[in-house]
Amino acid sequence: MIQLVPRSTASTFWQIATPVMAVLATMIAGGILFAIMGHDPVAAIRTIFWDPLFGPAASYSRPQLLVKAAPLILIASGLAIGFRAGIWNIGAEGQYIIGGITGAAVALAAYPFEGMWIFPAMVIAGAAGGWAWGMIPALLRNWFGASEILVSLMLVYVAQRVAAWMAFGPMKNPEGYGFPGSRNLQQYPAASNPELIEGTGAHWGVVAAAVAVLVTWVLVSRHIRGFHIRAAGSAPRAARFAGVSPATLVAFSLGLSGALAGMAGLFEVSGPAGQITDNLGTGYGFTAIIVAFLGRLHPVGILLAGLLLALTYIGGELAQLTMQLPAATVQVFQGMLLFFLLGFDVLTRFRIQRRGK
Amino acid sequence: MIDPLSIFLLLLSASTPILFAALGELVAERAGILNLGVEGMMIAGALAGFAAAYATGNPFLGFLVAALAGAAISLLYTVLTQLFLANQVASGLALTLFGLGLAAMFGKPFEGVKAPPMPIGPLGINWIVWLGLAMVPAIWWFMNRTRRGLILRAVGENHDAAHALGYDVRATRAAAIAFGGAMAGVGGAFISIATVLQWTEGMTAGAGWIALAIVVFSNWTAFGVLAGAWLFGGVTVLQLRLQAAGVNVPVQLLSMAPYLATIIVLVMISARQKYSRKAGGAAPGSLGNNFHALR
Amino acid sequence: MLRRTLLASASAILMAMAVPAMAQDEPLKIGFIYVGPVGDGGWTFQHDQARLAVEAEYGDRVETTFIESVPEGADAERALTQLALAGNKLIFATSFGFMDPVMNVAAKFPDVKFEHATGYKQAENVATYDARFYEGRAVMGTIAGRMTKSNKIGYIGSFPIPEVIQGINSSFIHARKVNPEVEMKVVWAYSWFDPAKEADAASALLAEGVDVILQHTDSTAPLAKAQEAGAIGFGQASDMAAFSPNPRVSSIIDEWSPYYIKRVGQVLDGTWESGASWAGIGEGEVVIGDITDAVPAEVKAEAEALRDAIGAGEYHPFTGPLNKADGAEWLAEGETAPDSDLQSMNFFVEGITAQIPQ
Repeated sequence: MIQLVPRSTASTFWQIATPVMAVLATMIAGGILFAIMGHDPVAAIRTIFWDPLFGPAASYSRPQLLVKAAPLILIASGLAIGFRAGIWNIGAEGQYIIGGITGAAVALAAYPFEGMWIFPAMVIAGAAGGWAWGMIPALLRNWFGASEILVSLMLVYVAQRVAAWMAFGPMKNPEGYGFPGSRNLQQYPAASNPELIEGTGAHWGVVAAAVAVLVTWVLVSRHIRGFHIRAAGSAPRAARFAGVSPATLVAFSLGLSGALAGMAGLFEVSGPAGQITDNLGTGYGFTAIIVAFLGRLHPVGILLAGLLLALTYIGGELAQLTMQLPAATVQVFQGMLLFFLLGFDVLTRFRIQRRGK
Repeated sequence: MIDPLSIFLLLLSASTPILFAALGELVAERAGILNLGVEGMMIAGALAGFAAAYATGNPFLGFLVAALAGAAISLLYTVLTQLFLANQVASGLALTLFGLGLAAMFGKPFEGVKAPPMPIGPLGINWIVWLGLAMVPAIWWFMNRTRRGLILRAVGENHDAAHALGYDVRATRAAAIAFGGAMAGVGGAFISIATVLQWTEGMTAGAGWIALAIVVFSNWTAFGVLAGAWLFGGVTVLQLRLQAAGVNVPVQLLSMAPYLATIIVLVMISARQKYSRKAGGAAPGSLGNNFHALR
Repeated sequence: MLRRTLLASASAILMAMAVPAMAQDEPLKIGFIYVGPVGDGGWTFQHDQARLAVEAEYGDRVETTFIESVPEGADAERALTQLALAGNKLIFATSFGFMDPVMNVAAKFPDVKFEHATGYKQAENVATYDARFYEGRAVMGTIAGRMTKSNKIGYIGSFPIPEVIQGINSSFIHARKVNPEVEMKVVWAYSWFDPAKEADAASALLAEGVDVILQHTDSTAPLAKAQEAGAIGFGQASDMAAFSPNPRVSSIIDEWSPYYIKRVGQVLDGTWESGASWAGIGEGEVVIGDITDAVPAEVKAEAEALRDAIGAGEYHPFTGPLNKADGAEWLAEGETAPDSDLQSMNFFVEGITAQIPQ
């Protein structure tokens, strides 16, 4: 009989080894899947993992990795702070949507004015919108003890309907021939979030994601609040005796993760997506939860996990394009990768021992 | 102008898929499992059930296979969360993604064909609708009047204490997850076999997510789930019915209402518990947390 | 500004890739991006059928690829760019929501031709195409008006956009033409494809006493509900022949093959030009599926005569006198609707009591 014994600190060796093992296992299992479906497994795996980085069109797809990974990393960095403290914000998708809407609202109200202040104001509004949406579950937990997991999830559904309402109602483009969706902010220079340096894919959201990784790293490892957060997560009672207020932590982490998710929404709406539509939420908020766990709630891990997921998205598209692999097969493959990554992770947190009688 | 009985009849069948899925999730959550993979298990049931019904010509066999398929795919979640102690939220999201992809992949041969007709049950209401209604008191009885139900709730409320009392936390949770998967499978199959009569990719269209909301609304009781399924189904039916009658309704705002109501219910129940210290109600104590026995 | 500089680098990559291709007289590469899965049995399925028709028509001279289930927005822009970078010289983007991404990518790839379905923005290398579905709806409306016993027909709309509103108006006008007692009930599902909700929408209409259902959503759920209730309906987008002969008494089929074959041919012989195509029954883009025996022979004949008259260009479904729902005059006696009115249509015609959500 074997038994799992928790490690007092996560093993450095396994922290590096498990993701590698998980990716290898996915390649093997995925290769078998592709072979069964009648595709060349080696070519498929290469297309998904190699071609986006070094393939013939890599000079385009490498920057696109950043575009795709940035919102995931930005959101996941915020979520990880709360997750460490045992505060479960699973409604980042809703905060992302609301941030996109409040940020775009500033632009649409200002249209067609030009001004340097417009874009910064949008960023602030986006962050504030996400913050406010994140503070709802925080306050409901602090005042009434309502579970923030459930309230934040419910607020995702509400946010999705707010987006639909906006796209069909108040924010509908008056010059859009009656079609749903707002004005395209890419065509409104003061409000648009274009590529900053040509060919890099880096827009303000990418910059923000990089800053978020750095700041959360410093916060978690150096700052007193980071210490409180870790303490609250690992030993809540002791933390309370040490003077850490749980209510403050709840408000801080839900507010912070909400604000970051809101900013991610705004950067997406003003940049790559361009407009408010009824399907504004494309799942970044949920995928970011997976990214946070794959990155083991550590800023550097999150950075790598975000890039890895972005790689499978873009590689999956390439596989569709060059090998005519159906989208469903790619989706199954991604599901496998997540399963293996989540499953193998057990080795970093536990030792496997034979149970002796 | 709109007669309530006709609305009620519409409501019964409209709420059936979400009722099944939510009852299954209720049992899982009562055991401390927050499985966000409901959508993935529903679509697996929708496909497997349709395929079986189509191949055998027997819709009831289809529902049986759907239950098995839902339970089978939920095993992945069990392995991840119970054996490998992976985070429940992330595992559930991965299950949804995987299930949607898997069903789309295996569904290709079943596109464009039609399911055998369902025999109409008593009072002109589908047998599966009756089954769903019957499951409500059955689950209530199981959870409140049987020993196994008591163990299930103990495991969900405080898994360490349940373990100390000698109950097998993991086996209980594995069974609850499988039951949740089976119920979600039947709910999904109701859409493919009884509602649409065809298989199409992505046909559950978010019903699994609604089921999650219903469980919260229910305050984790079986009859609460029924009320929740009728509320969520009812708002859709009512707004469509009002539209059909020529009333201009603010669809988006109306469809938000049940979610806001859910939050209000959750807050009220939590507040009552917090300030009056009354036992019972509100979310299971160990919901979403994994259990690891040190010995 | 920055976009234009990217343009230069992107086309440099393209050049590098395209040079060997030019030298060997390789097949014309054609890319498609779909908003849904090929297996949706409706909108995307029909576009993919047309892609296959292009392959069948031109054989080795063309090579097609597609990317399915592409979300509208940023992902669409990347998918389009990937298609262009992969050497596709003609790209079909088959959803309205791909409009701005198509315009952005087309600006970066001036030598790639883009065809965008249902949009309204064109450029030198971006053409738009759409089908006059309202022509087919006129035929459906005629059958509906003749077949209804309760004099109530129902319409499940997806979204309140011009294309759908045209369809509702056209069916109503022609139902009322053959049956002055007819009333139209409209329900908006706010989805192109949500089987459970479409079923609920159909049930709501049936409960209102409707016995003929027209749908502008893609699943067969409304037909299944109609069957239960003994009502009739029509296939939408694809033929939905599985529900023949009853409740599906006919269908309105999106048939993109003639357009795709024509445009591919023009690229092959170098005569392709940008433009806005809006073709209907006459060009074979809107096809009326088999009218089954559930419909009396004289009604079938009447419907087919209308179809042929529209196809031959002898009759326009929006011919005056027609008033708007608020009573204001729209078209005078004998006047036909200009396309500009149709393309931005946001009103019901007189006689429809439902309101368009604003």
